Amino acid sequence: MIKKSFEEINEKIKKGKAVIVTADEIIDLVAEKGIKKAAQEVDVVTTATFGPMCSSGAFLNFGHSDPPIKMSKVWLNDVPAYAGIAAVDAYIGATELSETKGMEYGGAHVIEDLIKGKNVKLHAKSYGTDCYPLKEITTFINKKNINQAFLFNPRNAYQNYAAATNSSDKTLYTYMGTLLPDYGNVTYSTSGQLSPLLNDPEYRTIGIGTRIFIGGAQGYVAWEGTQHNPEQNRGTNKVPIGAAGTLTLIGDLKQMNTNFIRAAVYEKYGISIFIGIGIPIPILDEDILEKTAIKDSQIFTNVYDYSVQSRKRPAIRSVSYEELRSGTIKLNNKKVSTAPLSSLKVAREIAQILKKQIAKGDFVLTQPVAHLPLKNKMNTLDIRGGKDE
Amino acid sequence: MNKIKICLYFPPNKVTVPLSYHLIKNFDLQLNILHADIDLAKTGKLIMDVLGEKKNIEKGLKFIEQQGIKYKIFNKTIIWQEDKCIHCGACTAVCPSGALKLGTIDCMLTFDKEECLVCELCIKSCPLNVMSVAF
Repeated sequence: MIKKSFEEINEKIKKGKAVIVTADEIIDLVAEKGIKKAAQEVDVVTTATFGPMCSSGAFLNFGHSDPPIKMSKVWLNDVPAYAGIAAVDAYIGATELSETKGMEYGGAHVIEDLIKGKNVKLHAKSYGTDCYPLKEITTFINKKNINQAFLFNPRNAYQNYAAATNSSDKTLYTYMGTLLPDYGNVTYSTSGQLSPLLNDPEYRTIGIGTRIFIGGAQGYVAWEGTQHNPEQNRGTNKVPIGAAGTLTLIGDLKQMNTNFIRAAVYEKYGISIFIGIGIPIPILDEDILEKTAIKDSQIFTNVYDYSVQSRKRPAIRSVSYEELRSGTIKLNNKKVSTAPLSSLKVAREIAQILKKQIAKGDFVLTQPVAHLPLKNKMNTLDIRGGKDE
Repeated sequence: MNKIKICLYFPPNKVTVPLSYHLIKNFDLQLNILHADIDLAKTGKLIMDVLGEKKNIEKGLKFIEQQGIKYKIFNKTIIWQEDKCIHCGACTAVCPSGALKLGTIDCMLTFDKEECLVCELCIKSCPLNVMSVAF
């Protein structure tokens, strides 16, 4: 049985001797050499994804004005940001809409503009205090003249997700894209066999403190993501067959690059943001390696009818990502076109970039300081009556 | 030789007219049907490329009109800003003709203008706003 430690792998990285492959490349390598030999040879497998991830945003600290202001309401390019945090901190959520442009521009666009180095209009209001007398300010900020600016994304890198279709006679405009009537199409969103948490299904190496590639910068896994649902049904390969684990991620906005983070608008739904994420998986043993060799044909999800406006949508059928990637699947004996929402092209670029960064010694692996939970009951929001119910 | 792209709108009582036969035989036009949505007793829609001498195309269009069939010439084209595209594939979900396609191996988007029906569905379905229409 092969056993390697993080320290040993990092030592090899420092000496330029580590063997690194992507989660796509490992599949052929395992087919050629077998698990044992591949686990001996390979030290790191890089995974990546580049998909729309609504639950994202950035904390910003603007610095203090003179006279100072305790901002209670903040707008960035007319997009409201949450300012109930001390005096000059705010959180701009990716999905927040502009009060003047509506769905054309939102928090994700503010984040993209800041990354590009553009000037962003800051407007803030306050009630005024003895220590913070100013009641209103309008100025321009950019990433050079503010203090900290870091993404803090409560739910990224979903381990798996539903595929969507529409049985109704109307076109539906959803976060899963435009769904054509009468089962006119099926959309799905994953990088499948390259996706971080599908390559580490039981969170053996990806945990709190794991260093990651995020938006072109280096960042970290800060916590389990919101709606982290490790108890989702899993296949015999331990891979969830629906929305399961998630990650809260953190990364320095000032170091990011818009090749790997882009604002997105989904028609009649709203704003989201494409986040490029790359996560290295250290090959500590054969089991970890075997899990990274997973193929799209071994990863399944369910197709749901999004015309059912309920959280209990019926699953129409189970489908593998290999079938979804083929461009058509059969639904109720009808051939239906499939389309992804997540860019596999950019995800592959990220996996290659991360591979090169590790090979050059620019990206060193970190051992998680705590594991992500494998048990977590998901609650629902019900309309409740009395205050003690 | 000239080439135009047209959309024909058949009223319910005209869907049985053998229009393409006459256009080919009488006006020496080459037709390439791109999209057809025709049902007996219902209105029909036919999108096609028409290739031929300019005067023959004009005569053919006049003939179409005389049959009580309305038409629209596409004078618009879809512009794809490839350098800004992230190749996510959301546009391929709505493209009716398959003009927008994702490669099965390289997962890169390709756009075949010849196949495009200029339905403009891709413009709004693109989350990055990289598709537009030009006149």
